[in-house]
Amino acid sequence: MSTPLSRPPLEALRDQIRRLEGSATRRRAVLPFGIRDIDRRLPGGGLALGALHEVAGGGNDALNSAAAGQFAAGIAARTKGKVLWIVTRQDLFAPALKQVGLGGSRVIYVEAGADQDVLACFEEGLRHGGLGAVVAEVARLSMTASRRLQLAAETSGALGIAVRRWRRQTEAADFGQPTASVTRWRISVLPSETLPVPGVGRARWLLELIRARAGESADFEVEACDGKGRLSLPAAVADGPDQEKAGRRRTRA
Amino acid sequence: MLSVDLAARKAGVRPGTPVAKAQALYPDLIIMDADQEGDRIGLEKLALWFQQRIAPLVAVDVPDGLVLDTTGADHLHGGEPAMLAEMVRRLREAGITAKAVVADTLGAAHALARYGRARALVVSAGETAATIADLPIEALRLPDNMIEGLRALGVATIASLAAMPRAPLALRFGPDVARRLDQAYGRISEAILPVRPVDPVTVSRNFAEPIGAAETIARYIGKLVLPLCQGLEERGQGARRLDLVLHRVDSRTEAIRIATATPVRDVKRLTRLLCEKIETIDPGFGIERMVLTATLAEPIAPRQKISSLIAEEEPDVSDLIDTLANRVGHHSLYRFAPVESDVPERSFCRVPALAPDDQKDWPHHWPRPTRLLPRPEPIETMAVLPDHPPVFFVWRGIRRRVKCADGPERVFGEWWQGDAELTTVRDYFRLEDTSGERFWVYRSGDGEHGETGSQGWFLHGIFG
Repeated sequence: MSTPLSRPPLEALRDQIRRLEGSATRRRAVLPFGIRDIDRRLPGGGLALGALHEVAGGGNDALNSAAAGQFAAGIAARTKGKVLWIVTRQDLFAPALKQVGLGGSRVIYVEAGADQDVLACFEEGLRHGGLGAVVAEVARLSMTASRRLQLAAETSGALGIAVRRWRRQTEAADFGQPTASVTRWRISVLPSETLPVPGVGRARWLLELIRARAGESADFEVEACDGKGRLSLPAAVADGPDQEKAGRRRTRA
Repeated sequence: MLSVDLAARKAGVRPGTPVAKAQALYPDLIIMDADQEGDRIGLEKLALWFQQRIAPLVAVDVPDGLVLDTTGADHLHGGEPAMLAEMVRRLREAGITAKAVVADTLGAAHALARYGRARALVVSAGETAATIADLPIEALRLPDNMIEGLRALGVATIASLAAMPRAPLALRFGPDVARRLDQAYGRISEAILPVRPVDPVTVSRNFAEPIGAAETIARYIGKLVLPLCQGLEERGQGARRLDLVLHRVDSRTEAIRIATATPVRDVKRLTRLLCEKIETIDPGFGIERMVLTATLAEPIAPRQKISSLIAEEEPDVSDLIDTLANRVGHHSLYRFAPVESDVPERSFCRVPALAPDDQKDWPHHWPRPTRLLPRPEPIETMAVLPDHPPVFFVWRGIRRRVKCADGPERVFGEWWQGDAELTTVRDYFRLEDTSGERFWVYRSGDGEHGETGSQGWFLHGIFG
């Protein structure tokens, strides 16, 4: 662990980098997760708006993107305005998106034939700027394509989420290739919390922040999106007394 | 009976016969309700067709006629008899039995077309009086009660009516009889009210030098859209569909068509939509003429903007919708709307992206999977009947042990959809395997009764 830098030089350095990146003119707006542990790790204290983020499922979910899709839907649900969701094969179940707070009237689906069309529609959606979020399910995302998307998002201030979804497990290694996205997440399902009665408890995910520009990677164990699209920390991990109490209340209920 | 066809006429049915009597004559008679409004619209369409092909002045003569002023138009069709023959032939090909008459006056032509014998007749100038002399007085466009009154007086033909003194006729029947007679003989003029077609807004531009570069085409598209939008604004309309036709120097044409979800009159937006399609055309040796037409236009109503005091305005995304729809097609752009059905694959339907939002929503009480498989996939399971979840299952060759499960949630078949669903039942379970993956599976049938389904297990969705 390096010795912590004193505040002013670090800030000056950040300013310099920001100037180099060309986005010094305005302060980046963010969409916080509302969980201190996660927001603290993200530069700006949340998911940057006007930026491209990548999400992929871990394990079998790389093909199904059920958890990754729900995670993206949860983020989109917390934005304002319409959401554009671009797919190549449509298997989203709209009532499920409603259950994470993304109502049917807010999502406009685009069914594009090929990956190129998905990227073209994605860029078009990001450039428009009137949408709350643009989500695209895409398999291949090259450095050039992602840089175009990132620039489009930067100019309009739209939130872009690329849900990486592959057709074969072997292709999932593509997730290691560098792209211009600001953050990169991997969502893996974990066994849900054990209930004292038969049944399935609230879903849990392992949230891996693999890459964050101007930030460090980190792992979080979280409970899946609630009815408003918010994540929460499981009671056992949270160190706040209120969280512990809430957890105990839930087990008793 | 308003009208009968030839077969019915042979069976003895005439216009004016009561329906009951006609059915007594011929029990298998096909009877259709009269649709006067539909007839009138059809007649107007026919009038526009005539106007484009035969003569510029065409009026609709409700309920069953068209009036054409063919003065100066007949020589284009090879003379009056040829023109009439062509008109009747064309109409017959379209399934319409018609008679056509050219006469000096509208009254005479009207009378001869309805009460004359010839299918197509040209009355030479000056012979009108002689030709219509023997026609019955019904041919004079007089009201029914006047006809009855005249018949009671023993007047049957136009000639005998014309021979009667005017003053007592006017005293008894009013001025109409004399007026109709004068109109038929051509003593007073009669005006027709021609139909006027609404031309679509069209702008065009010719080039002295053929153009071919994409940027040049784009620049001139911008120059064409501006007057087009002005033309639309004068009519209070917005374009729903635009056709840009590019005439090449080798006399071929290339076309661009764009469509919008809502009427649009925004120069920038229409220009952009057109310019995005430039790459689809082949300019060849160059383009010498560009024609831009708003083939489909709809009225635009001015809309009250939401005041910032009341609510925050949602950004308008209709321009984005148009851009995307022109790229991927209108059917590939949609929203999901709720349908009141418990069967998962029927619980949603696709609606256009800009369809008005009805306040319905899906019920919220059971968790639903993020991904719903396009069709349920059969799985191998072991489960205690009738209502226990599986202990393990095999899906796509992978065997999974079930750690915990929720269910069953019973969904009944919708008997109103078909007899096959009268007894069918599905029992849905939410399963979690040992690695934490969550699935939505169902058993087709209730596990006890054979008629409720095959009792086989299927995987239908994957939870996040």
